[in-house]
Amino acid sequence: MKTVRIIPRLDIKGPNLVKGIHLEGLRVLGKPSDFANFYYEQGADELMFMDVVASLYERNSLHEIISETAKNIFIPITVGGGLRNLSDIKEVLRVGADKVCLNTAVIKNPQLIKDASRMFGSSTIVVAIEAIRELNGNYFAYTDNGREYTGIDVFEWAQKVCDLGAGEIVVTSVDKEGTGQGYDLELISKIAQSVSIPIIAHGGAGKKEHVLDVFKEGIVGSAMISSMFHYDFLKEYDSSASTIEGNVEFLNQKRSFKAFKTCSINELKHALIHNNIECRL
Amino acid sequence: MGETNKNVIIIDYQLGNLFSVKQACDYVGINAKISSIKEDILDAKALILPGVGAFREAMINLKKFGLDSAIQNKVKNGTPIFGICLGHQLLFTESEEFGTEKGLDLVSGVIKKIPKKFEKREIITPHIAWNKIYKDEQDWCKTALKDLKNDEFMYFIHSYYVIPSDNSCVLSKTNYDGVEFCSSFKRENIFTTQFHPEKSANRGLSIYKNWGLINNLI
Repeated sequence: MKTVRIIPRLDIKGPNLVKGIHLEGLRVLGKPSDFANFYYEQGADELMFMDVVASLYERNSLHEIISETAKNIFIPITVGGGLRNLSDIKEVLRVGADKVCLNTAVIKNPQLIKDASRMFGSSTIVVAIEAIRELNGNYFAYTDNGREYTGIDVFEWAQKVCDLGAGEIVVTSVDKEGTGQGYDLELISKIAQSVSIPIIAHGGAGKKEHVLDVFKEGIVGSAMISSMFHYDFLKEYDSSASTIEGNVEFLNQKRSFKAFKTCSINELKHALIHNNIECRL
Repeated sequence: MGETNKNVIIIDYQLGNLFSVKQACDYVGINAKISSIKEDILDAKALILPGVGAFREAMINLKKFGLDSAIQNKVKNGTPIFGICLGHQLLFTESEEFGTEKGLDLVSGVIKKIPKKFEKREIITPHIAWNKIYKDEQDWCKTALKDLKNDEFMYFIHSYYVIPSDNSCVLSKTNYDGVEFCSSFKRENIFTTQFHPEKSANRGLSIYKNWGLINNLI
């Protein structure tokens, strides 16, 4: 049997959960552990924490969030953002991560995929590919949250990542990320067809149907989602109760999130099962 | 609680997420200690053998710390052992991972790679998913799986699987895209799972709890 995985993604800046559009323009949404606990109770299959600023200065704050979360949450936790070498990876695994997600460091030094998968096991090493589409239809890999152009073709890169021993690939469409316009199905299915390891689709989920689309293609087994779940949780979330620093004006306005038809993990999973897509409830 | 449950040892051989295994033990009230010291293992009331990664590296590390013979002696003398994922595989005879690699050989059986192709279909590996475990030869009522329904979802992350020689000790099986394999095993004091109960939410924690209760560790 093949089951799909629903993976909420939590972008972290300092002590806060944040969310942007095209990986930029970050807004503070709340306390990461409030969201993580809620998603765990709701039946998330895994959690992904991404340190989007990833300065060495704030590394300890991420470690605290992970170790606090891992005490009460008994599902797999993947951590990414600014991990540069084997000792960074070791450190984050030691505080409670099960897997690590690498992008910038492995573009600079692909050998790190091989070394890390040999040392920690292939299944521990997730590679993130941040793709931007050019007008002519080519896709290139970016680093540093979609800011730095690398000139590397994403399809060639995906095969290389697979050959070097990565366990999984997260494919992010930077163009779609945060927009709620749906996954980039062309990008995702093309990568999935070219490699034999699990692919996680990311960037663009704005309503249930988008997630159904990516699974109906039948090629991808996992979907990573943030805004759609975060904004759903925010409807009930009393942000004033948690100590949030930064720009809270956006939250206090309680604006509707027009691009998104929000839903909870539980609702989404019921919709999947209704459409004969197997998953754990 | 007290003196009697001081020495459940989570065996540390430098591979895998021991943190989550320790958290799961804490959560259900098993007083466990992480150790890579041979004497701790020889003194243990029960053993947990976790692990993620390569079979060969694992055996090299176990031998390097002198833990292989300690584990073999203890288990042969009846000490309960709980093997998880790579720790489940290590208890068997040998792996075909790189040529043939000898395991701890406490249970007769071989470790095979999940095929790249099955019935002309391409199989995605590693198998990373929540998947169902279902009953096989043995009943679950006196085992650590006793609180689970048939077809319960557990979290799997692996590229290899075990084929035990004695099918009567297979506790559950799991089917991944047509490939059926042994997902948990029980023979006397040996209990092992291919999946990660410590990453399988409340149902997974019930396995830790029941293993602890059955072996008087809680």
